[in-house]
Amino acid sequence: MKLHRIVALITRHLYLYRRSLPRMMEIFYWPFLDLVVWGFITIYLMRFQGQLPGVVTFFLGALILWDVLFRAQQGITISFLEEIWARNLMNLFASPLKPSEFLAATMALSVFKVTAVSIVMVVAALVFYSYNLFLIGLWLIPFVLNLIVAGWTIGVLTTSLIMRFGQEAEVLAWGMVFLFQPISCVFYPIEVLPRWLQAVAWANPAAHVFEGMRLVLNQAALPLMHLAWATGLNLLYLALMVGWFHHTFSICKERGLLVRVGE
Amino acid sequence: MPTSIVEVRNLTKRFGEFTAVDGVSFEIRQGEILGLLGPNGAGKTTTIQMLLGLITPTAGSIRMFGLDLATHRETILGQINFSSTYISMPYSLTVEENLWVVAKLYGLTNIPRHIDEVVKKLEMEEFRSKVTRKLSSGQMTRLTLAKAILTEPKVLFLDEPTASLDPDIAHKTRHLLKEVRRSAGLSMLYTSHNMREMEEMSDRIIFLQRGKIVTQGTAQEIMARFGQSDLEDVFLKIAREK
Repeated sequence: MKLHRIVALITRHLYLYRRSLPRMMEIFYWPFLDLVVWGFITIYLMRFQGQLPGVVTFFLGALILWDVLFRAQQGITISFLEEIWARNLMNLFASPLKPSEFLAATMALSVFKVTAVSIVMVVAALVFYSYNLFLIGLWLIPFVLNLIVAGWTIGVLTTSLIMRFGQEAEVLAWGMVFLFQPISCVFYPIEVLPRWLQAVAWANPAAHVFEGMRLVLNQAALPLMHLAWATGLNLLYLALMVGWFHHTFSICKERGLLVRVGE
Repeated sequence: MPTSIVEVRNLTKRFGEFTAVDGVSFEIRQGEILGLLGPNGAGKTTTIQMLLGLITPTAGSIRMFGLDLATHRETILGQINFSSTYISMPYSLTVEENLWVVAKLYGLTNIPRHIDEVVKKLEMEEFRSKVTRKLSSGQMTRLTLAKAILTEPKVLFLDEPTASLDPDIAHKTRHLLKEVRRSAGLSMLYTSHNMREMEEMSDRIIFLQRGKIVTQGTAQEIMARFGQSDLEDVFLKIAREK
């Protein structure tokens, strides 16, 4: 891997944000609106605080952490779509840029996006709802890292599908992540799910993160087992997805799809 | 005899039942401009895309600088570049930003100097700070040419590089390409549907029809072979053959 090629791609995408209002909205406007709506729902639910202890910390914390996963996924997939929209894929892949460098750059961009969005949401939650995400404490760090990696995995999967099936599959960039939301148990505990779906959810690293978060907030136990599972599953899935991305890239070159992906 | 920079042997590309390129062999020598001529669908673009590593050949081999493209992709692609009317550059970036990204991607040092040089060569000063979205088609073509020349390639693949340029800029571009070839010993593979341009630019011409080479040689040799005084008449004769 060559750092200058990764830097080139990162810079190319950062230039986009300098003069693009819609792209800035992606960072400030939507996450902020999300927080406002869920903030009001939380205020309403606080009336039932007796029946639902810790509702504020659960909901707003979960919302911010879910956005970490969502933006990490978008950071990868939207960066790929940007290249399709700009008809720039040929320029990139006819250069010495390797697919692994492309992925590395998009992963770095997703960290940039996650950081920007998280700052907006954390500050807004503090200002408008007096909610401090850092109540979760140092556990927040491994939780966030795991959610970023989970977002990358879904991002690489989605990007591979768009590369393989063309621009008509671009709707997956926004929809795919929500396929994983019910089994990520973001806003409810895993025991709410039917038993068969619980088994599926346990195979999802994000579910372990959100279960772990609830454990910390309830001060019930240390979430070490959940973190171990989340990390192990994340590393396994990410390795598989990166391998699949390379395989899809070869198939696309074989079938001439790479040069037609934007058509 | 100049050495071969590009060696293509029995290059074949099949998409299912359809054969886009069928056993094509040719070479491009150091400093040579090879014209690739043929009607739409003859396999010119597929051939160029295989040479750029964007499509994997079904059979045959591509060697550049003595290296196999299949196994030395990174080294080879760092020394070649291309320009085509069918590609674009990111619209939201300025001309200068786009060139900076390309320069960085290819690992150039002293990037501002390289950009200044290419901007001057292609007379792009007046729009170097303009957002790419606002460029005319002629300016856009100059930008894609600039990105191709910027990286100081040893081989340039040009797919209809003057297609949307006015005669003045097209003439200047051809002059520039010849100048770059002369000063840097650059080799080129050139496609165009402008027969006069092909005659002017190409040292040799390969004529493709349905994925196969039907004739090759200098423009004069080809015209003599087909008993025509004009390359366009040769084109029409070959293109209309069943």
